[in-house]
Amino acid sequence: MSGRQDRQTTPDATPGTKPDTMTRPPGEPRGHSPGGTYLGMPAFPQAAALSTRDGRLRANLRHATHTIRAKRAQAVAELDDWDRLRRAGAAVKDRTLRHLDHYLLQLEESVTRAGGTVHWAADAAEANRIVTGLVRATGETEVVKVKSMATQEIGLNEALAGAGIRAYETDLAELIVQLGGDLPSHILVPAIHRNRGEIRDIFREHMARWGRPAPEGLGDRPADLAEAARLHLREKFLRAKVAVSGANFMVAESGTLVVVESEGNGRMCLTLPETLISVVGIEKTVPSWRDLEVFLQLLPRSSTAERMNPYTSMWTGTSGDGPRSFHLVLLDNGRTDTLADQVGRQALRCIRCSACLNVCPVYERAGGHAYGSPYPGPIGAILTPQLRGMASPLEESLPYASSLCGACFEVCPVAIDIPEVLVHLRERVVEGGPATLRGTRTVIKPARKHTAERAVIRATGWTLDHPGVLRHGQRLLSRTRRLHPRRLPGPGRAWTDTRELPTVPAEPFRDWWARARGDTA
Amino acid sequence: MSSGGAREQILARVRRALADVPRAERPDDAPVPRDYLAVHGQRSHAASVDLLARNLTDYRARVHRTEAAGLPALLSRLLSERGARRVVVPPGLPRHWLVGAPVETVPDSAPAALTPHELDAMDSVVTGCALAIAETGTVVLDGDPDQGRRSITLVPDHHLCVVRTADQVVDSVPQALARLEPARPSTWISGPSATSDIELERVEGVHGPRTLEVILVAGDPRSASAPPLGVPPLDVRS
Ligand code: SF4
Repeated sequence: MSGRQDRQTTPDATPGTKPDTMTRPPGEPRGHSPGGTYLGMPAFPQAAALSTRDGRLRANLRHATHTIRAKRAQAVAELDDWDRLRRAGAAVKDRTLRHLDHYLLQLEESVTRAGGTVHWAADAAEANRIVTGLVRATGETEVVKVKSMATQEIGLNEALAGAGIRAYETDLAELIVQLGGDLPSHILVPAIHRNRGEIRDIFREHMARWGRPAPEGLGDRPADLAEAARLHLREKFLRAKVAVSGANFMVAESGTLVVVESEGNGRMCLTLPETLISVVGIEKTVPSWRDLEVFLQLLPRSSTAERMNPYTSMWTGTSGDGPRSFHLVLLDNGRTDTLADQVGRQALRCIRCSACLNVCPVYERAGGHAYGSPYPGPIGAILTPQLRGMASPLEESLPYASSLCGACFEVCPVAIDIPEVLVHLRERVVEGGPATLRGTRTVIKPARKHTAERAVIRATGWTLDHPGVLRHGQRLLSRTRRLHPRRLPGPGRAWTDTRELPTVPAEPFRDWWARARGDTA
Repeated sequence: MSSGGAREQILARVRRALADVPRAERPDDAPVPRDYLAVHGQRSHAASVDLLARNLTDYRARVHRTEAAGLPALLSRLLSERGARRVVVPPGLPRHWLVGAPVETVPDSAPAALTPHELDAMDSVVTGCALAIAETGTVVLDGDPDQGRRSITLVPDHHLCVVRTADQVVDSVPQALARLEPARPSTWISGPSATSDIELERVEGVHGPRTLEVILVAGDPRSASAPPLGVPPLDVRS
């Protein structure tokens, strides 16, 4: 705990004080384009090879993922009806997706009725244009932001910077990432690749250029670092006139948006400013208020392994309490392309809990950056190639960033069968075939067989450390395919047919995992 | 704003993407099994209140219990132990709650709502709540007059939240949602602000109140039998 109890206001928090460098914020992420592509990002194999050689990164990641993994299992075990909640969560999302046009129109009507303004953005550039225009209309040149993967995906901060508007990230980890000129590496703990000493150095070196400097003699105790962030950001919250957020859920029937968080920076952004702009992927819609009873049980336990996260904010349009002006920007940016793929569309159920990252052996060694998008880990491996199309060697290699062990499917609170989608996308890479890109049906040309896969295996050192695991993973896939009747009949077969798929005894995944790894993870 | 082109474009893409969904299928036809539990476990009301206290404590809220008659004295003690001098109160907070507390009470109400900077100069805030959820250790605020605007429970560093155990404790998340009104902005609070962003070490208190004290009150604390004379009015209902 921080020992600080006095509550002086920050001496340098003069409202209206502008940072000195307006157009090129220090620490702007390297090579992050407005389109959401991490420019110059190598394909997964090369990036993974680099991270795999970084011993400290791997140790940090291993510690983090294993800690959260164990806690999550405990939090989930508390609820006898977890499987039923999970089925309901998947079904609610499927219902929404199967009738997304209906629910989007209903949502638009509800939000508008409650005093909000709804905007539609077909792609990243359009979303950035809309948000930039809205901020400009307020006359403000800075905005506070609560962590939002959608705005990372579209490169909003960079687009705003180009228009002379500074976007301040306010989530502690996002602040660390932003000050360090870095990229997030985990959905839940984006700065997990940094340790306390590095964070102290980043704060000491960069805070002053963004606002209130780090306290004199700042040490590296997490409580002191959090205190430094509190002081640094408070002046920004108190003077902020415009905030940008995402949302975890949007309720079509009532027009309610929901933001789930821990630190209180979300509440600051959602209540103090005069104008609130929320950029949300169209798939975040749920039909009814009642549906929240499923997701508010599934998400905290899967994500932070808590019974409930410290803060959840719900608001409906404008209500006289909080921002007077509320804008909702509904973002497509590849989501309808994903929806067009009957196997791949289940990726749109994702509630971004990050449980799949924490159990993924490939993520653990490759690290988040290797996935080349804001969506790391197993979900990134199926979402990025679908949102962007097989646009480059990166997207083509992502479906191979997996051993197909099935752990991600088992923990996913909305039962996304990630291995199924991976196999489906591998087939797409290997065999080519029809796909939808920016709303247009196209045919993808086949890539050279299995080069991407071999490259991934080589890069992560996977087979060297864990001989046989990959093979076991593939066996498991064959088994789960038989256990799940709605499994894809055609797609995927081409890929699996090229491999030996011996039968394996039916045993729970966890037992198998422990045995196959030869340790108790 | 316009973006009418994008609206039609996105809706058309959605419809094309869903070509496999039978035309006759209505949204409600897609089945959602709701066989999950409305409550986890059977327990008496007293046991639910105990569970609430345990779960709140588990996430490092400080929990106190009192009879209705003891509430003012308890609040007074907690505020003076804290060394609080200026305490913000929502417009509908029962005025006798802070009778005798050695603090200056600062009402926050419509025409004279406090600015963020003014709120930042407050030591504590005292509110009621809409309800509390035993299974998750959560208190929910929904902007009723005894809770006030969302920012008053956010900016001060110390939040004292009063829960009437007789009628404000529910067991589960489904029960809580059924009692809340979607149109009202709500804040669900489960322990003080926290982060585990640095090497996963949990630190209480980043931006929200670093100290959350929840007071579980038996009986009805809303009406005082006889508030002492000479108490300055706190209640400036708008
Ligand atoms: S795919 Fe499932 S487990 Fe992974 S982040 Fe999304 S919801 Fe969570």
